[in-house]
Amino acid sequence: MKNKTVKRRASDSHRQHAKFWQLRLYVMDQTLKSVIAFSNLKKMCENHLKGRYRITVIDLVDQPHLAKGDQILAVPTVVRKLPKPVQTIIGDLSDLEPVLVGLDLRAAP
Amino acid sequence: MKNNGHKLTSPASLLPKCRTGIQGLDEITAGGLPRGRPTLVCGGAGCGKTLLATEFLVRGAVQFGEPGVFMAFEETEAELKANVASLGFDLAGLVRRKKIAIDYVHIEPGEVMESGEYDLEGLFVRLNHAIDAIGAKRVVLDTLEALFACLPNEGILRAELRRLFRWLKDKGVTAVITAERGREQMTRHGLEEYVSDCVILLDHRVNDQIATRHLRVVKYRGAMHGTNEFPFLIGNEGISVLPITSLGLNHKISAERIATGIPRLDAMLGGRGFFRGSSILLTGTPGTGKTIVGANFAQAACRRGERVLFFSFEESPNQIIRNMHSIGLRLEALVKRGLLRFHSARPSLYGLEMHLATMFKEIAAFQPRVVVVDPITSLMDAGTDSESKAMVTRLIDYLKAGQVTSLFTSLTQGGHVLQQSEMAMSSLMDSWLLLQDLEGNGERNRVLYVLKARGMAHSNQVREFLISDRGIDLVDAYIGPSGVLTGAARVAQTAREKAEALAGQQEAARRQRELKRKRATLEQQIAALRSEHEASAEELRQIDEQVGTQTRLLTTERTELGRLRQADVLVAAGARSNPKLKNGN
Repeated sequence: MKNKTVKRRASDSHRQHAKFWQLRLYVMDQTLKSVIAFSNLKKMCENHLKGRYRITVIDLVDQPHLAKGDQILAVPTVVRKLPKPVQTIIGDLSDLEPVLVGLDLRAAP
Repeated sequence: MKNNGHKLTSPASLLPKCRTGIQGLDEITAGGLPRGRPTLVCGGAGCGKTLLATEFLVRGAVQFGEPGVFMAFEETEAELKANVASLGFDLAGLVRRKKIAIDYVHIEPGEVMESGEYDLEGLFVRLNHAIDAIGAKRVVLDTLEALFACLPNEGILRAELRRLFRWLKDKGVTAVITAERGREQMTRHGLEEYVSDCVILLDHRVNDQIATRHLRVVKYRGAMHGTNEFPFLIGNEGISVLPITSLGLNHKISAERIATGIPRLDAMLGGRGFFRGSSILLTGTPGTGKTIVGANFAQAACRRGERVLFFSFEESPNQIIRNMHSIGLRLEALVKRGLLRFHSARPSLYGLEMHLATMFKEIAAFQPRVVVVDPITSLMDAGTDSESKAMVTRLIDYLKAGQVTSLFTSLTQGGHVLQQSEMAMSSLMDSWLLLQDLEGNGERNRVLYVLKARGMAHSNQVREFLISDRGIDLVDAYIGPSGVLTGAARVAQTAREKAEALAGQQEAARRQRELKRKRATLEQQIAALRSEHEASAEELRQIDEQVGTQTRLLTTERTELGRLRQADVLVAAGARSNPKLKNGN
């Protein structure tokens, strides 16, 4: 995956500079939790990372073998593949604070 | 070791069992773990939880054709493979052949952020995927509790674990879940709440500096099980539990007799020695020659072409060989011919169970007909009384099942002839020889008794036990008015008796001579008398003749006189009457 250079400087964090967010969302079927998680993630990315992110949704019902690779236990799970290091956020992402920290949009409290 | 001749299966059990294949565990649980249900295995660090779980899977795949999934939360696949390779489990090969699937679940506690609601569907998916991929019948989760460290939301976790166990049951797999022992409860996070079918507790205790592992089936819903604590050990063939209480008394019995290597001892034992497959106890104070009797027995067996395994817990093999050489036993040649094998180990080297397992393994490998354990007492010191008795019971049962004749020497302290341990052991033994020191007259002498010999007439006599450079000999001890005499006293007594006998002989000869002389004298007297008698007879004859002559002369004279006086008529009458006159004179 190519790392696109983005000119716009981040207003709230220097860590966002020159980065591309590659995210994977693991879900099971179209459950309520899955749907909520996806919309929460999408909203978050649109707000903070517009144009600099890509979300891959993996449905474990169709691809169960992929769960092993990213050490998925909980569903839903967001794995931040980029920027490094890999970070995992589990849950439907309804609590914003850990998601912002997890996506490296804000320093850990 | 596998065939102890008795399999415990409860006929009334309706609960389907899943055999673990682990030595002894199936006996305790009367056939294995509950099939299609989860079993909790808990214990502290280093108890062998992971090993038990792994063996369950490996044996399932190898022996029972049931593939298994190993979900590891603590060790990586490579680590697991390496760990059990030393036990001869080819985990890597089984994984390649799709008999076992390993899924390493790893979460760095710091990597995970929690945000809102979630469930553990991912875990279910992975497990389900692995089970379906190889058609697994067995599942191991080792150690599920690691999740508690990674997932902060305990409420969700507990709910999901409950669901997981339910799911495992629905899936119909036999699962083993390992868990750390908790301080006040069985597991640190109370997993026993969820796994209610079977709980096995492992324990590692140190007693007198010797560590022993124990296994206990705490709970087994719907089935009979042994409730005791059973010692188990991890040998180089995996786990083996030693269920002492499950052993039976149904050995095959042989009527064959085998010689002891000491002819006089055979004679004491009804003339033909011990029964094959019997257990013999040889007790004695230090230096009474227990090892020598054992070595003799071993040599006698080797000469019959039988293999002998000699367990020595005091001396090294070379030392025994050297020492026995001094009494004329050439053991080295037997060792070279492969008939005799020594196994020496210090009793304190490891715990009783390990000793027992090592002995079992040696016996299974060498297949001896005769086993000598010298001495069993120093081995028994390695454990508590009840432990060691249980161990001896198990050893004897094992040997008897294989019709192996066993000789155990037992060291007793001076003074007390019978120790408590021996009283306990004696009931297990078929024959019991006692070697004893008799002290007196400034020396110690060895004597031997046969205390008991089941099933054969045996001598009640004490025998003196002599050790010379030609070997062992038994001689009759002198039993006289002053008690049993041995050694120099016996020799002195014999000499005294000899002298007495000699004196008696001499006395008899003297009297004989005297009588002869007396007879000779008498005979001389008889001869003298006889000659006197003959002389008298001669004299008498002479007198008779004289008288006759005189009569004749007288008659002649008278006739002459008559003729002279011409008295012819009177001559005839006088000639007739004259002798009468003579007789009347």
